[in-house]
Amino acid sequence: MQIDMQRFHAAFFDEMAEHLATMEESLLSLERSPDDHELLGSIFRAAHSIKGASGTFGFSQIAGFTHHLESLLDRMRDGQVRTGSDLVALLLRSADVLSVLLGAAKDGAPLPADLEEVVQALERAQGAANQAAEPPAAVEHHPVGHVPASREYQITFAPGADLLRHGMDPLLLLRDLAQLGELAAVSVDTTRVPHLADLVPDECYFAWTVRLKTDKPLEEVQGVFIFVEDSSQVTIQQESSTLQTTSQGDAPGRGDRPASASPSDARPVTQSAASDASPARTMPAKSRTSECSSIRVSVEKVDDLINLVGELVIAQSMINEVLGQLASDNLPTVQEALSAMNRSTRDLQERVMSVRMIPLASVFRRFPRLVHDLAADLGKQISVEISGEDTELDKQMTEQLGDPLTHLIRNAVDHGIELPADRLQAGKAAQGTIGLRAYHEGGNVVIEVSDNGRGLDRERIRQKAVALGLAAPDEQLNDEQVYSLIFAPGFSTAQRVTDVSGRGVGMDVVKRNLEALNGSVSIASTPGQGSTFRLRLPLTMAILDGLSVGLNGEIYILPLLSVVESFRPKSGDVKTVAGRGEVIVVRGKPVPMLRLHRAFHTAARAADPTQGLIVILEHQGKHLGLLVDELLGQMQVVMKSLEANYQKVEGLSGATILGDGQVAFILDVPGLARLARSTESGPAGPAECSHTQSLRQPETTEERQAVAIVGSPR
Amino acid sequence: MSKMVLVVDDSTSMRQMVSFTMKEAGFEVLEGSNGQDALAQLNGHKVHLVITDLNMPVMDGMSLIRQLRTRPDFKFTPILMLTTESQESKKQEGKAAGATGWIVKPFRPEQLLQVVSKVVH
Repeated sequence: MQIDMQRFHAAFFDEMAEHLATMEESLLSLERSPDDHELLGSIFRAAHSIKGASGTFGFSQIAGFTHHLESLLDRMRDGQVRTGSDLVALLLRSADVLSVLLGAAKDGAPLPADLEEVVQALERAQGAANQAAEPPAAVEHHPVGHVPASREYQITFAPGADLLRHGMDPLLLLRDLAQLGELAAVSVDTTRVPHLADLVPDECYFAWTVRLKTDKPLEEVQGVFIFVEDSSQVTIQQESSTLQTTSQGDAPGRGDRPASASPSDARPVTQSAASDASPARTMPAKSRTSECSSIRVSVEKVDDLINLVGELVIAQSMINEVLGQLASDNLPTVQEALSAMNRSTRDLQERVMSVRMIPLASVFRRFPRLVHDLAADLGKQISVEISGEDTELDKQMTEQLGDPLTHLIRNAVDHGIELPADRLQAGKAAQGTIGLRAYHEGGNVVIEVSDNGRGLDRERIRQKAVALGLAAPDEQLNDEQVYSLIFAPGFSTAQRVTDVSGRGVGMDVVKRNLEALNGSVSIASTPGQGSTFRLRLPLTMAILDGLSVGLNGEIYILPLLSVVESFRPKSGDVKTVAGRGEVIVVRGKPVPMLRLHRAFHTAARAADPTQGLIVILEHQGKHLGLLVDELLGQMQVVMKSLEANYQKVEGLSGATILGDGQVAFILDVPGLARLARSTESGPAGPAECSHTQSLRQPETTEERQAVAIVGSPR
Repeated sequence: MSKMVLVVDDSTSMRQMVSFTMKEAGFEVLEGSNGQDALAQLNGHKVHLVITDLNMPVMDGMSLIRQLRTRPDFKFTPILMLTTESQESKKQEGKAAGATGWIVKPFRPEQLLQVVSKVVH
């Protein structure tokens, strides 16, 4: 049978990543408590599993490397090698090598440059006395040097009494022999059968003598008895050469072992040349390893399901709509049934969505290692406190969170936490703490990255912003406005550029990444006490909390997260600023304004702003006023990609199907902001409305929803 | 009626590989991610063969073999354990616990079936 091993590779790489993460996590803990045997056990098991699986799936290089690692860990477990911090460092480095090796196996990335060096270090660490056994060859074959020659074997087989109780069937063994060649004579020896009164029914009393004609070598004949040779009497004599042998315990499939010539000794062989090191021990399970049974399903399948459920939701609300327009006597009954269906559909939708959710632990777990390494580089002492890692988020989003979180944490290590001496001087503990916290709030997930370091330097940020032309020297800025300046492109206050951060690209990328996920970020900071970055994310990107607005009879959806407020402007609120296009004055401050109908080259029922409505949107800390005809309501919509079905349209992020079957476009706020700059100010240059003109930002989603004038249909 | 094999391994990829191979060979497959999970999966099924890994969380392979052998319906059921080349002593321990035979990792699907044919008709 040919089985394509590639079909198992996806599961293999997922699993290897998990083992590697476990290994790293335990190694970091091991550094703190080097005598913890449990930890060592878990590291060993991870290495053992990596070796076993990579060998099986044909990654012999990974198996070979892990073999060295495993041998060292084994000796550490036995107490022959003491756990020290340099050893932990070596093991961490080995984990890095493994990670690169896995990457190489997965996507053909280059091999780790320090592979040989680490292998040698691992060998040295084991002690020169113990020469490491060669890594297992992936698969061994019988040597084929033999010229087939017909031989005859005389075999006697007297099974041990408990053969049947071990699940072995002696007839199968005879059948196996028959497959090797020709069974010339088979005789049964029944002399061991006791009197009926003494007979134990599940014991085997028979013995067999067999004459086998075959061209197979002795090893292969011995191989038949490999599972029973310890407990049974097996003698195999080769007729022509009178070679006499009793097979003894060895690994199956190894054809090159020497045949021992002591026919009488068929007792189990307990001493083994290969491994005298570890007495067999069972590793008790760790209680904190939460074992949940799960299946792996491809994301496409889940997405298909989500799409179908989305269609179902739409179809159902279409029925609702139509029904609302009908008048009939039995309508109440139908409506009752429908509202029940309503609930189940929504439940179903939630359940299906939840299939895509994975715990944030998968991204959080990499950070202790990151902080550990960075802190060591910078000579800082930092502990990481993680909570809420069980909080679940859409798989794709979780993956895309890795980069922004890494950046925030790098920043916290580099700029946030002070050097131990500085901390002591400031009356703080030498060791700083970086907190990583996730929790649900409203329909969102909030992730906080906090540090108890020096806090943001308000004055320095302001000066830098002025120097970069992001703020006027005499501008009065509140804390939040000042902090949000660090998200501007090119902004970095690091006084020196370090390896860790401060390469100029930075917080603006973080913010962009989060906005791509329909999320937002805010900062709280207290000088001398530290900073907290709060990321707020929707649970999923497949469903959007939207505000529907009307324009010329069409419906458009705005992401609710971007809506600050809406109002009907009074005459005189709309002004034209030379080179800046139109602005709307909100509480005395000008905000750039975009007439949606102009952006999309369509008509408007309310071409006069005082007849329409202005929706204030927020993007990258800046505000934009959008002129629409009317506000219609708040609703959850299922997002459909435009690109997949048509093409990318600037200002639109997708479309959805409404309850009445009408298609509504979903507006893309960053895109609208770009449109506002290009259509209203002309090609002359970006006339950005800087933070000074920003409105007071509502603190929470709830507040935003309260500010926004919305009528909820549900 | 096809025969039922119980495949027990905490490694998803190994379990997939063994299960797939066995299914291709015409077996029905029950899967367990550790000893305890395997016992829970039995649920009255008649099992003709058990293939189990040894190193597993919650309940390891040795304990599973011992537990199975105490059950009347598993008295004569062949049990194969997955070992590695460094676990020579495990083979003895496994035999003592009641295992029928073993397969040394790493192995290819064909090798697995070859070993299976030694213990199941």
